[in-house]
Amino acid sequence: MKDKIFRLFLFVAALLVLVLAAAIVYALVSRSSEAFQEYGILEFMTNAEWDPRSATEEYGALSFILGTLYTAFFALLLCIPFALSVALFNGVYFKEKKIAGVVRSVVDLLAGIPSIVYGLWGFYTVRPLVIDLGVNAQGFGIFLSSIVLAIMIIPYASSLSSEFLSMVPNNLKEGAYSLGATRFEVVQHVSMPMASSGIVASFILALGRALGETMAVTMLIGNTNRIPHGLRDTGNTMASVIANQFGEADGLKLSALIAIGLLLFIITAVINLIAKLVMKKLSHA
Amino acid sequence: MLCFLLSVLVLSCSNSSSNSGESSTVTSISGAGATFPYPYYNIVFRDYMRQQGNITVNYGAIGSGGGIRSLRDRSVDFGASDAFLNEKEIASMNGEVIHIATCLGGVVMAYTLKGVDSLRLTGPLIADIYLGKIKKWNDPRLVAENPAIKLPDLDITPVYRSDGSGTTYNFSDYLCVVSPEWKEIMGKGKALKWEAGIAAKGNPGVAGIVQQTEGAIGYIGSEYALTLKLPTAKLKNRAGRYVDATLESISAAANVELPDDMRATITDSGDPNAYPMSLFTWILVYRDQKYDNRTVEDASQLVDLLQYVISPNGQKVAAQINYAPLPPQALEKNRQLISKINYGGAAIVSGNLSEATDSTNTVLK
Repeated sequence: MKDKIFRLFLFVAALLVLVLAAAIVYALVSRSSEAFQEYGILEFMTNAEWDPRSATEEYGALSFILGTLYTAFFALLLCIPFALSVALFNGVYFKEKKIAGVVRSVVDLLAGIPSIVYGLWGFYTVRPLVIDLGVNAQGFGIFLSSIVLAIMIIPYASSLSSEFLSMVPNNLKEGAYSLGATRFEVVQHVSMPMASSGIVASFILALGRALGETMAVTMLIGNTNRIPHGLRDTGNTMASVIANQFGEADGLKLSALIAIGLLLFIITAVINLIAKLVMKKLSHA
Repeated sequence: MLCFLLSVLVLSCSNSSSNSGESSTVTSISGAGATFPYPYYNIVFRDYMRQQGNITVNYGAIGSGGGIRSLRDRSVDFGASDAFLNEKEIASMNGEVIHIATCLGGVVMAYTLKGVDSLRLTGPLIADIYLGKIKKWNDPRLVAENPAIKLPDLDITPVYRSDGSGTTYNFSDYLCVVSPEWKEIMGKGKALKWEAGIAAKGNPGVAGIVQQTEGAIGYIGSEYALTLKLPTAKLKNRAGRYVDATLESISAAANVELPDDMRATITDSGDPNAYPMSLFTWILVYRDQKYDNRTVEDASQLVDLLQYVISPNGQKVAAQINYAPLPPQALEKNRQLISKINYGGAAIVSGNLSEATDSTNTVLK
């Protein structure tokens, strides 16, 4: 009897989550329809014009889509060497050593720092350095946002990667050692190839994090509604434009912002799906 | 930011004076609208509630547009707006609406430049900075306006609001008046399509970037900038004087011939002492208070509240939290307008507001 009640409870709870997810999608779709009907989905996505003035009102998402992709991919690029080093440190070279535990805890701690704190750190500490580097006059922009984003996503990329690296079967590595391979050669020819799809998947998940990050980016990117020309330029991401303009928006503008939210949702969902597929390929291999 | 909140908090606590009157029935007055005067209304309404004892005043800072909509739907007793109703809006209301100006504010140009503590600007210069035409601090046109100081060879970083804002509206409204090119390219609105600079959310966001960035300039609500004591530029007014943004110079902007219905913009005021980027904020009420289920008591409470806001006590509170008080002529026009409020044609006798109010209220000086 108890078992049945518990099963029913679990069933209802799980169903509720599904219904909630469906309701969110429904709300996004229904409230963005005004913007999509006005411009058409394709035109909305390829138009870089964002003009909120009532006389010439026009909304397009291209500059925000590009701003999001620029920051997220540049952040991913910056994070790869660090995240991979941490993963190899924890998962191969110092596997099951005390120091690996310490490093892992500290990296996990990075994941727990609230986004606004990263934003403040970027604003007060990293930005003056970026100005000193001569990137641009005021420091804000794609470059600054990507640096801070890269640090924010290191824990997501590294912890999963080290997990996959440590899962590489010992007998394979021992086989390589017995053939005279050095430790580096084992990592290069055995561990990395074996764990590669898992590592790729973890970086894709980290990319998903970077795409949706809002608060820190909003504080650092400059919030200009134009296509960024290069890393030195300022811009705006999909998440940060919503955060900035949601409060006072109504009518078509509100619908356009929700449409951007829906697009971001779809992009993130597709990224996560790709990561899942890559991981699935690994488990079958 | 913290300073601002603190000062609001301190002021609102300091007014714990006499709770007069036996509260037999509690009447409630509700209003909604502009966010700009919200800190002021918050305190002045609380003072009024403390003084009356049996009244609650609720104010929702939902934005000017929302305030006008709420009054049109008659879901509130009064609306509040930073812009007066245009003819179209007046026609759409459920009856004749009266505008009562409650205080004044300004938009100030805050900047950060090492070694420069007195900067002079003109409207056309601000327009060209934000249009991206003046890019350097040592631009000849800026130097010509500031012969006494040495301006550095440094990029100007204009900062604007990323969110829709009445501050942006008033800023662009002024620039439309003084710069035909601005009017042509940018126009006016709560949000614009910007040509140069970077953006941040809210007065705190803009102030934060300006304070932390050498060479930055940004427009900020005076109530916020004066509380933070940010360095601000002197603006050249219509009379040709360079004026600091102070409560006095903002109040002086209203020292012009005002229309009887108080629907006036005072931007680029002709008064010689006026700060040019100044504005009124209004409370809107229906002239005939006999609608829906409103009683004559409800109407007289509302009139009392309005009278309290424009009373010396109410205006004193405004000045304490850096909203500019109304000059005498504007107060007089307000009084005449309030006396027009009626209940089904009958005059409203407002009895509750006694002369003694001055002594019951000890406010922080």
